[in-house]
Amino acid sequence: MTMRSLVDRAGTLVGLLLVAIVFGILVGPHFFAPANIELMARQMAIVGMASLGMTMVIVAGGIDLSVGSIIALTTVAIAVFLRQDVPPAAAALGGIAAATVCGLANGLLITWLRVVPFIVTLGMMLVVRGAAKGLADERRLEAPTTWLNDLLRSGGGSFALPSGIWLLVALALVVAAVLGYTRFGRHIFAIGSNERMARLCGVPVERRKVAVYALAGTFGGLAGLLQFSKLSVGDPTVAIGLELDIIAAVIIGGGSLLGGRGTAAGTLMGAAIMTIISIGCSQKGLPNWVQQIITGAIIVGAVALDRVRTRSGTGGLGS
Amino acid sequence: MSAARPEGSVGPNFSSAAHFEMRGIRKAFGATVALDGVDLSVRAGEVCALVGQNGAGKSTLMAILAGALAPDAGSMTIDGRRFAPRSPIDARRAGVAMIYQELSLAPHLSVMENILLGAEPSRGGGLLDWAQMRRRAAAALAELGHDDIDPAAPVESLSVAAQQLVEIARAIAVGCRVLVLDEPTSSLGRDDVRRLFELVRRLKSQGHAIVYISHFLEEVKDVADRVVVLRDGRNAGEVGIDAPTETIVSMMVGRQVDDLFSPVARQPGEALLEVHDLEPGSASFTLHRGEVFGIAGLVGAGRTRLLRAIFGLEAVRRGRIRVGTYSGRAVPHERWKQGAGFLSEDRKGEGLALGLSVADNVTLTRLSPFEQFGLISPRRQRSGAREWIERLDIRCAGPSQTAGELSGGNQQKLAIARLLHHDVDLLILDEPTRGIDIASKAQIYTLIAELVAPSPERVEGSMQRAILLVSSYLPELLGLCDRVAVMSRGRLGPARPAAGLTEHDLVLAATGSVGAPPRPRSGQA
Repeated sequence: MTMRSLVDRAGTLVGLLLVAIVFGILVGPHFFAPANIELMARQMAIVGMASLGMTMVIVAGGIDLSVGSIIALTTVAIAVFLRQDVPPAAAALGGIAAATVCGLANGLLITWLRVVPFIVTLGMMLVVRGAAKGLADERRLEAPTTWLNDLLRSGGGSFALPSGIWLLVALALVVAAVLGYTRFGRHIFAIGSNERMARLCGVPVERRKVAVYALAGTFGGLAGLLQFSKLSVGDPTVAIGLELDIIAAVIIGGGSLLGGRGTAAGTLMGAAIMTIISIGCSQKGLPNWVQQIITGAIIVGAVALDRVRTRSGTGGLGS
Repeated sequence: MSAARPEGSVGPNFSSAAHFEMRGIRKAFGATVALDGVDLSVRAGEVCALVGQNGAGKSTLMAILAGALAPDAGSMTIDGRRFAPRSPIDARRAGVAMIYQELSLAPHLSVMENILLGAEPSRGGGLLDWAQMRRRAAAALAELGHDDIDPAAPVESLSVAAQQLVEIARAIAVGCRVLVLDEPTSSLGRDDVRRLFELVRRLKSQGHAIVYISHFLEEVKDVADRVVVLRDGRNAGEVGIDAPTETIVSMMVGRQVDDLFSPVARQPGEALLEVHDLEPGSASFTLHRGEVFGIAGLVGAGRTRLLRAIFGLEAVRRGRIRVGTYSGRAVPHERWKQGAGFLSEDRKGEGLALGLSVADNVTLTRLSPFEQFGLISPRRQRSGAREWIERLDIRCAGPSQTAGELSGGNQQKLAIARLLHHDVDLLILDEPTRGIDIASKAQIYTLIAELVAPSPERVEGSMQRAILLVSSYLPELLGLCDRVAVMSRGRLGPARPAAGLTEHDLVLAATGSVGAPPRPRSGQA
């Protein structure tokens, strides 16, 4: 780990601890009770899962606005499969595959048509949302109860976390390893930092981008699976606007929309900060509008702080 | 009358003699003293050149002059009045304008909008007075002797040289009388440089005070009246332009330097790169191992396009390329595999990822030595980079430092280190010493000579490397290359042994030799 990334992570970690302490004091010691921590972990699982994919997209200098719609499509797809008596595991895989195809389409359109990611994924956001509604006939699809509904259900004992949380932790480790320790990871940092240089250095820029967006689709699908587990129905109108929470988690976690920066650990901490604010506010009895103002201020504050930090780090004058 | 006006006489017209003076300027960043009591004075109608290596304090001094930094101690005056700008706008209002190396224009706006940006004439109610805008922009351009530029043309349609004129016109239009030109010729061809110098002389005769910063000493001697040398944040001395270059150089480095180029007799080996009838470039040539092949020409002549086409970064329309045993077209990824490496002329835009670490920049094309079970070891990656930091004397805090924090010369060495880390046989170098200090230049010259010499430590034993070099700095081309070909208007001429060539020959060939020299048209890059 470089000095810089240590500072980056420590910055988000300090923010996380501060937010936790503030709400610990406001709400009281039971805020840190295992059951409450588990509640928060369950709540952040969906945003956290999707934000792992978003981290890779943002590191590569892109953006994915379609992930909220992809989550909704996944819940609908899983419900459709289950209603046709497809085994639960196959239904889940089918939903994730549909999500991956959406991500792949994002990547191919961005690289083939050379249209900026913002526009392509903005369009895809509407296309996928529409597809989900069409597939579900514009209503919530009831599905038979299976073990898929237990992914975010408490394991019972005080520290037996739900399997969905374990999946999130395991995949966060995988993404961290991929970003930091593989050729693929170094390549997407290079693309995000300076795409022309990456091309000059022989990085297969188009292939890498397609892979990154497809993976973001896969993570969107996994988030959709968790969302289905929580709802136990296929809901084409779920997760509207959630892509902004997901992007915010990456940004609070030290990612840069200019590309070339971001970590899996930072992103999860960013997601945790937003969850603590949301749960802390509701447990303190603060209305929703207070929570939104605080979250908004934190997003802007985190990026502003980061600007100050990197500026002082650069120092002097480049010639 | 302008230059000879007695001091103290002030008038509203342009010739209100600007006498600019800095005394005892000190500036420290933490423990690092960037400037330690620097004096500089420029009179109206005078061109004062400021030279020094990177790190000598030029950039800091200019930032203070431009109002971007405040000095810790010392004073500045214009016409005897105190000048203490708190911001760049403040400095501009006081009549001091910087023309930076990287132009700061809005490419989508028209020439006149750029010239009057922030000072737009209004007809009241927030409406722009386009007629007056056009008139004032045209007047500013005419004052520079360039009424050929259309005030309504979008800036992006102009050549780099014309854009620079617009930038200077902007300073003139708002009444600046002290102009600071920072490396103004670094992206200009020879012909544009000549015209820029005419402009500088014109500005001088109009009574402007000009500070001219450059790495090119020949150029400085051509345009300046006086040369002020900075070294390690202090005045190292001041000489007239008739002083020998050798004297100025030794003031800059603080020691006697011998000739930067040491001619050696080289034995070319087998052919490593063969280009036949290649379009773009109309190029046919062969480059052998143990050889440096130079391409001269004006900026915009198509040299960079030729190199990019060879490396697979630009479409090949016609012709054949052979690299080693590989024939045919290739993408950059394949060229690296074939043992070729490309150094871009655009260090910041294409050469380096300024936001990534030194280690990432050096090792990106070849990460395999650091991989173990499919995972890269950052520790090994850093130690691999550290080797090149030491070998090339790259001044940095370590392999984890962000590349953007390094000085220009060190960034360039970093970009070259990538080719060495990849251990390429064929180095394609586009302007390898542009905009870097003379000490770094000298190191790169030595390195180039070493690279083509037979090296016992290379795996292939006595296999020598080959270098294809594009440079706008003619002494460099003649000093480094075995053979040189000249590119003119998109066509590469025949290669000739460098030993028999002079700068005069190259300039003659580059400008087409007969009639008026061609004007680089807009849109050429």
